[in-house]
Amino acid sequence: MDMPLPDQSILSRKAEIVARLQSVLPKNAVIHAESEVRAYECDALSAYRCPPLCAVLPASTEEVAAALRVCHEMGVPVVPRGSGTSLAGGALPTADCVILGVARLNGVLETNYDDRYIRVQSGRTNLSVTGAVEAEDFFYAPDPSSQLACAIAGNIAMNSGGAHCLKYGVTTNNLLGVKMVLMDGTITDIGGAHLDAAGLDLLGLICGSEGQLGVVTEATLRILRKPEGARPVLMAFNDNEVAGACVADIIKAGVLPVAIEFMDRLCIETSEKYAQAGYPDCEALLIVEVEGSPAEIDEQLAVILAIARKHDPVELREAKSAEEAARIWLGRKSAFGAIGQISDYMCLDGTIPVSSLPMVLRRIGELSEEYGLRVGNVFHAGDGNMHPLICYDANKPGDLELCEAMGAEILKLCVDAGGCLTGEHGVGIEKRDLMTHQFAPQDLEIQMAIKDVFDPSWLLNPAKVFPLTSSASRRIAAE
Amino acid sequence: MNPQTEIELAEAIAAAKGPLRIIGGGTRGIGNPVVGEAISTSELTGISLYEPGALTIVAQAGTSMAEIEAALDTENQRLAFEPMDHRTLLGTSGMPTIGGVVAANASGSRRIAVGACRDHLLGVRFVDGMGTAIKNGGRVMKNVTGYDLVKLLAGSYGTLGVLSEVSLKVLPKPETSATLKLHGLTDAQSVDALSMALGSPFEVTGAARSDDTLIRIEGFAASVAYRLAQLKDLLGSFGEMTAVTDPAASQVIWTDITNVTAFASTSGDIWRISIKPSDAPATIAALPSGTQTILDWGGGLIWAQTPAGIDLRATLPAVGHATLIRAAAKTRASLPAFQPENPILTALAQGIRAKFDPRGILNPGLMG
Repeated sequence: MDMPLPDQSILSRKAEIVARLQSVLPKNAVIHAESEVRAYECDALSAYRCPPLCAVLPASTEEVAAALRVCHEMGVPVVPRGSGTSLAGGALPTADCVILGVARLNGVLETNYDDRYIRVQSGRTNLSVTGAVEAEDFFYAPDPSSQLACAIAGNIAMNSGGAHCLKYGVTTNNLLGVKMVLMDGTITDIGGAHLDAAGLDLLGLICGSEGQLGVVTEATLRILRKPEGARPVLMAFNDNEVAGACVADIIKAGVLPVAIEFMDRLCIETSEKYAQAGYPDCEALLIVEVEGSPAEIDEQLAVILAIARKHDPVELREAKSAEEAARIWLGRKSAFGAIGQISDYMCLDGTIPVSSLPMVLRRIGELSEEYGLRVGNVFHAGDGNMHPLICYDANKPGDLELCEAMGAEILKLCVDAGGCLTGEHGVGIEKRDLMTHQFAPQDLEIQMAIKDVFDPSWLLNPAKVFPLTSSASRRIAAE
Repeated sequence: MNPQTEIELAEAIAAAKGPLRIIGGGTRGIGNPVVGEAISTSELTGISLYEPGALTIVAQAGTSMAEIEAALDTENQRLAFEPMDHRTLLGTSGMPTIGGVVAANASGSRRIAVGACRDHLLGVRFVDGMGTAIKNGGRVMKNVTGYDLVKLLAGSYGTLGVLSEVSLKVLPKPETSATLKLHGLTDAQSVDALSMALGSPFEVTGAARSDDTLIRIEGFAASVAYRLAQLKDLLGSFGEMTAVTDPAASQVIWTDITNVTAFASTSGDIWRISIKPSDAPATIAALPSGTQTILDWGGGLIWAQTPAGIDLRATLPAVGHATLIRAAAKTRASLPAFQPENPILTALAQGIRAKFDPRGILNPGLMG
């Protein structure tokens, strides 16, 4: 994975840059010792590492603005960082950048149950947003797997999804407003507690822009009343394609489950050894969850189970208690960790039309044989968001590169099937160079032109999202 | 001009010598008046892909809503954001197009539960002001590949590009629906009741106030009956209420709210005010005397019919905005249709427009 060479003139000015940042921020908010900046050298895509020039941890919007003004004046690139859980390298530093971490911005500013929103500082973790409102039986819907750790700032940057977005949507559908600081230190509000924009939908543009347009310091988020209850059902099949067909039939039938999760044999077996959830021995497993009152749940599950029976299941298991429900989810929730126990892995995030599921799974199996790398498939089947886990050995020379090459083939396959490179993790550095497979030059040009408007000197997270060759002229012009 | 393909559309825009007035079905006419040569998407028609099992439809921008709805009907599906048909309110004729729906981000009562058109829009193809055809998004429900221009294009009223193709998420129609009517409430009581219903776990998909305060639920029959009973219980303190359990009758109520039927063929100006729901009672109280209002989205959307020629923006709460939807030519010439934003957002929007349409020829001035 290439990254631009660091700007020597910035490296040589480190002392001056640190001093300027220290002059506008509290003393403990500027981290510059070599041993300490190492903490920011990578995010959850930990195969790639590079310590930054320094890191700043502002505690207010004004401090964020002050830090950005300094970097803007001194021409120093800034990589914003939420909790550093990006699987795409969204928060990966370059040696000449300042990491701007929002971890100290973690407060709740306002909760309003009548109007059903919460206003938080952007460093607050996803799960603690729900934590702030659950005493009133409310919740914040987007639930990425990393929700215990990941920050709202990162959720907004990547437009994060989760297991329950089939019903509740992803971050952009639950984001009402932001306070944002532009690279030159300008502070502005976009949106708010009302539902739509007065002019152009800039909020929709900001969400998912991977920290390249501005630094979000506050967010107004939609909160929802918790459903009366939820119950999963587990369905086991002896064929991936049959499981795929079952998903399509459930969706067509007019039931809208909150989640439809899929696991293949490698994931089932591995997570079973690790978590002992009691999963059946089968090729493909679906977990379908519905919500409502007990009677409503019964009614929806009856429809779903009737459909499943037509697909010759190996087993159908309905949770009869909270404990059984937890066991059904246990294996799925342990899947990534379980695979991590047996191997290094790279987690992909391509999305495909649900109808292409059988074809894509078959082709992934073939690629697995060609490359000699095992692949586990665990994903959000209802919306076609796949998460193939490619196993490799980080200690074996060349294995990471082989894994990357195979990952690229799978992602191209997703695009060719009518889908996209990334459904919820973001492009970051990981899928940057595949963008030309999904987009024509003019499609990328207009996106980069938008960055020109928000950040004319291309200082904010400049080496992400766009292929380096596509963004080169802009990045070099800015230097 | 009536281009028949995206290529013809691109050529026409590239060759344009002056401002263009972009027309879909010509039924909406929202925004500041535009002077320019008309360019219509009416010949860009047809559903290019419909996958009921993937909940996806892709259509050319000029495809009529009638055609879209007929196709979805055959699979018992629908556009869940309940697009507003502006013909009744504006007294226009013609056939609304899917491109027009997207360009106006036209969303109805169900927006409070399922989101707006922008939330269901999966992908767009459009031609920018230089005649370049561009795509963004796609046809899958989860897609964070690159910047989200899909949202940006929704509600941009043809000022950033002329849509040529759109793909949308569709959803199954529910088995049935019902409406609970609460009678004789003040604005404040009405918003309180709507907030209580929307803050309940009973999945309200419409929360409005016309003469009565209206709450809609949809789903399987037994579930609707159950939630109706629960809501009656929850809202018991608000006094007299009746339930409309015939789904067709319930639908008429919500079509009338979404399309603002009550203000059709009336005199005066029509404003659409977007605010925080709990600000609605005070906002209404501050409107000019003689104003009539309809509330939707739990109070977050106020349709106001005001005496002609009055700028009501000065009386609005700090957070929110008002769009002038219908007024006499004289008023439209003096009041901007869209509420001006703060100077920072205005500059960003201008910067974006300059990138999409450097010559400033696409519906120039329509949004201000």
